[in-house]
Amino acid sequence: MSTLSEQILGAPAGEYLDRRVDRAFAHDGTGVLALEAWRAIGSGVFTDSDRRHLIFDHIAPANASLTADLQHELRAFAKEQKVHFSDVGGGVCHQVMAEGCVLPGEVVVGADSHTCTLGALGAFATGVGATDLAGVWATGETWFRVPETTGIFLEGTFSGAVEAKDLALAYVAALGMDGGTYRALEFVGEGAAGLSMADRLTLSNMAVETGAKAGLFYADETTRRYLAGFGHEVEVQRREVDGYPDEVTIDLENLEPLLALPPRVDTVCPVAEKEGVPVDQVFLGTCTCGRYEDLERFAAIVRGKTVKVRTVVVPASRAVLLRAVETGVLTTLVEAGCAVGTPGCGPCLGAHMGVIGEGEVCLSTANRNFRNRMGIGGEIYLASPSTAAATALAGEIASPEGCL
Amino acid sequence: MRAEGRAVCVGRDIDTDLIIAGRYLRTKDRSVWAEHAFEDLDPALAGRLKGAVIVAGPNFGCGSSREQAPVALKEAGVVAVAAPTFARIFFRNAVNIGLPVLECEVPCQEGEAVRFDLDEGWIEAAGVRRPLRPLSPRMREILRAGGLVPYLSGGRG
Repeated sequence: MSTLSEQILGAPAGEYLDRRVDRAFAHDGTGVLALEAWRAIGSGVFTDSDRRHLIFDHIAPANASLTADLQHELRAFAKEQKVHFSDVGGGVCHQVMAEGCVLPGEVVVGADSHTCTLGALGAFATGVGATDLAGVWATGETWFRVPETTGIFLEGTFSGAVEAKDLALAYVAALGMDGGTYRALEFVGEGAAGLSMADRLTLSNMAVETGAKAGLFYADETTRRYLAGFGHEVEVQRREVDGYPDEVTIDLENLEPLLALPPRVDTVCPVAEKEGVPVDQVFLGTCTCGRYEDLERFAAIVRGKTVKVRTVVVPASRAVLLRAVETGVLTTLVEAGCAVGTPGCGPCLGAHMGVIGEGEVCLSTANRNFRNRMGIGGEIYLASPSTAAATALAGEIASPEGCL
Repeated sequence: MRAEGRAVCVGRDIDTDLIIAGRYLRTKDRSVWAEHAFEDLDPALAGRLKGAVIVAGPNFGCGSSREQAPVALKEAGVVAVAAPTFARIFFRNAVNIGLPVLECEVPCQEGEAVRFDLDEGWIEAAGVRRPLRPLSPRMREILRAGGLVPYLSGGRG
């Protein structure tokens, strides 16, 4: 009777083990430090190049000479070591890896805290720092402590304008910012089985906001169909445990559109309670909610209308952008007055392209609203793509319930 | 490994954006991170970090995987960080760069001496000695080596 983390890592919770890493990646933000650490280790050996990825997403394209120089050095390194390289415009590392690079049962580390996103595919995926990643480059493996697991039981189906992001905020609020520390989350139950891959990626993405090491879904028919689209045939994973020492149950049916209030991701209230709060910017994108389905939801609400407040849209990947071009979703967004940026992280981390000014308020579909994250003296509310669309049309926080 | 420093008290849920803001990350110059450590929490704090033991509330280091956060503290002269709980990526990063992390419940008295011994597993603050939650044997080895880089370049398997 093992949890999914125990099945994948091959040892019971609490045990320490050394494990070969199936997939490892860094981005332009963490790659520079990792390269320095790798050089300092001095082995000269780079292992498993064909399973290592470098993905430019954090400040892509570069915003200044210094950033450009650092990226130039990393680009040369990627070429020299023959790793998979995704340059400016390819998209956010977690989304790029989710597009056919990660398979169920794999052990994945990324030098970015939201690597837990890939748990949606039935992988054990966790974020590490740059030096840890350099160690993986040099040795091909790293050590893990097998985590205890909290079960997140999902019941029912979404109703009205409620979507995966609202559910993500609900479970983060239920656990709190450190309620998952050192643990894995497993999303199970009929509600979980009914979720699309896009929704699962949104839910796994925010596991780290509770302190969790990983956030996993069992690979099922949805996973099989999704990965078949990338030419992979995979097996489903069977759940061996019925219950968990720690459990949270959430009924999707009874959720309403939610907001995380600045500056804590676990301070959550219904959108209805904050309707009318003026906003200066709306941001749709990131590894949480920058997928095609998110853009489509947003477009369905703004179609034929004009946004009242500056609205920045950043598709999570080139594939997302292309699909939005092909289906006309992108035309809808641009006609509604949205500014569309290069696939990547966009303004989420406050480094470029959409940073907000002192005293400004942004309603964002991202995963973090820490103080000053998106600009000094600004405030960030977190919400779903549909809430973001309703808010963009109103120029103030608005519930999407009336828009559908 | 025994050491001591002066207590610098910070609150709970101190995230990595507060430890070192994203706007300072794009450089290899570590002194920049040290200079701006905790800037968005308290701009005067960076000046008091040399020889300090940071004594924090629960969930220290939550948020980003940015290793610049523990590096900023180490570079600024922080001796160790003590907190009841740490976010796990920060915890692992700190060990990997050779910054001791002390999982414990201790009261914080600003400026008072804090002593600890990692091998014997205790911390002494405000005149009271308390046990530390033990690090894994691997983490102790990495810390003893001075971080993951010297640990790996020291001829491991």
